[in-house]
Amino acid sequence: MTVNALYDYKFEPKDKVENFNGMQLLYVYWPDHLKFCAPFALLVAPDMTFRALVEDIIKPATDAHPDAAKADFLEAEWQLNGEPFTPDADAGLIGQGIDHKSMLTVTTPGLTGIENVGY
Amino acid sequence: MAVKNKKLNLKDKYQYLTRDMAWEPTYQKKEDIYPDERFEGIKITDWSQWEDPFRLTMDAYWKYQAEKEKKLYAIFDAFAQNNGHQNISDARYVNALKLFLSGVSPLEHAAFQGYAKVGRQFSGAGARVACQMQSIDELRHSQTQQHAMSHYNKHFNGLHDAPHMHDRVWFLSVPKSFFDDARAAGPFEFLTAISFSFEYVLTNLLFVPFMSGAAYNGDMATVTFGFSAQSDEARHMTLGLEVIKFILEQHEDNVPIIQRWIDKWFWRGFRLLSLVSMMMDYMLPNKVMSWAEAWELYYEQSGGALFKDLERYGIRPPKYEEVANDAKHHLSHQLWTTFYQYSQATNFHTWIPEKEEMDWMSEKYPETFDKYYRPRYEHLAKEAAAGRRYYNNTLPQLCQVCQVPTLFTEMGEPTKLSHRQLVHEGERYHFCSEACADIFRYEPEKYIQAWLPVHQIYQGNCEGSDVAEVVQKYYHINIGEDNFEYIGSPDHQHWLSIKGVKPADKDQDAA
Repeated sequence: MTVNALYDYKFEPKDKVENFNGMQLLYVYWPDHLKFCAPFALLVAPDMTFRALVEDIIKPATDAHPDAAKADFLEAEWQLNGEPFTPDADAGLIGQGIDHKSMLTVTTPGLTGIENVGY
Repeated sequence: MAVKNKKLNLKDKYQYLTRDMAWEPTYQKKEDIYPDERFEGIKITDWSQWEDPFRLTMDAYWKYQAEKEKKLYAIFDAFAQNNGHQNISDARYVNALKLFLSGVSPLEHAAFQGYAKVGRQFSGAGARVACQMQSIDELRHSQTQQHAMSHYNKHFNGLHDAPHMHDRVWFLSVPKSFFDDARAAGPFEFLTAISFSFEYVLTNLLFVPFMSGAAYNGDMATVTFGFSAQSDEARHMTLGLEVIKFILEQHEDNVPIIQRWIDKWFWRGFRLLSLVSMMMDYMLPNKVMSWAEAWELYYEQSGGALFKDLERYGIRPPKYEEVANDAKHHLSHQLWTTFYQYSQATNFHTWIPEKEEMDWMSEKYPETFDKYYRPRYEHLAKEAAAGRRYYNNTLPQLCQVCQVPTLFTEMGEPTKLSHRQLVHEGERYHFCSEACADIFRYEPEKYIQAWLPVHQIYQGNCEGSDVAEVVQKYYHINIGEDNFEYIGSPDHQHWLSIKGVKPADKDQDAA
């Protein structure tokens, strides 16, 4: 639908990739670990490798959770924007389809959060 | 009309001072004078059917409000002179005031602007006068709330720059965007959003918790404001119901439009009230009732009766109502653990509930608290005791519509986020729920412009690239005073000295 307005209601999206100074947004959700209340919103370089994403960004982000030390993120089950996804650890993000404002979901079987209640 | 008596009766006075102030235009078309009245598709066939249940006129309004405010300010003065802040239940309570002053009082001001605007846009004189009157109420409320709480600003942190924070701080974009959305709509949607959905359907879930919370926690200044505003609020509620019935009775084509607005604004209001849910259950040391009980009483029972009454107009209860009803068992706990982990970026403190409070929650939330939420606090307490008080050092994903972090869970699956995403004109958008995604789908152009605080920080528009810089310089939150954990905070230490738990700190509270 379009907005019912008194004039031609047309605006630019506020969060287009060109507004991020060469970087892009990426969201990462680790189900069953709601100690992190929502998916992480991360600012990443589009050509960063998947391995660097895991080592330099996801590991420090999840560090406060006791399950983090047990998680093997590179070997975990991934989804990209809700579809099954097999990451290439040494390829850049954008090259494997992880574009601006994409969401990655990483499931680590066997790790179900503190007291096994998804926290 | 010839006037026989010098003193007019109420009915005549109302007629003269409201309806008779209007006239039929002769050399301009009515559509040109009221250009905003038609574009939303609402059809009004006869404005004279508008009933103002209060028949209040301006002369009476000034007199009545002036008397009320004289009494109100006398109590504020007495409260300040007697150091009333020393008699509250516990200084943790003041954090509820910080949330109110930065989250709610600016909404009163936004409501003032909104009603002043729509008070110009209707061609019916009765509706115009009612809106103008409410506009002045809202301005007064915004001012009297600030005066009621200003005494606390002399003794506690985090209350010093509420309007500035309202425009900038990440979680305050939730109330701000709510009202901006309403004010950016046409006049009939504004009334459905604010007068009906907010002031009528959901208002008791905002004002009862804060004002009863003030009464239960010894805050005489705020509770007196509450009493003073009560007669105005009663008028606003009545207007809300009159508005909706009037529009529905005018034309059957209005029914589906109103239904869609009710669906949208019920949900936006419910998301906004999630902030109140945590205030009720966690920020009031003396608790009034649980969020779940308040929701049952004020929404499920009162709202249920209301929508039964509106059935004859072809209106059904709001879509996704069952999701909101189910969420009552989880909402406050999910919100509080979110604010706990982001306390570095708030103008109020957070803490782990005390043992008696957790037992109260077990009793109030028998199905959920011990199973899902007590383990969270036990873990967090252990971490804090080991010197690792938990703060989340990343920024959260925000919902494109309600702007709350996408923290809510699926109905019946409290460990799974109810995240949704979609692509619109090549851009990806993320939502906290199907209901917020629905609101987006209907008017995407409105929400693609959303000023999402997290994205704005990443775009470099908030005076810094790290959280500390943004918090101090852009938000005006004083690091180490306003934010972080309550235990050990300057507010906490100050309270202990007031209560004589530690040797009195002479500099802080000489009065």
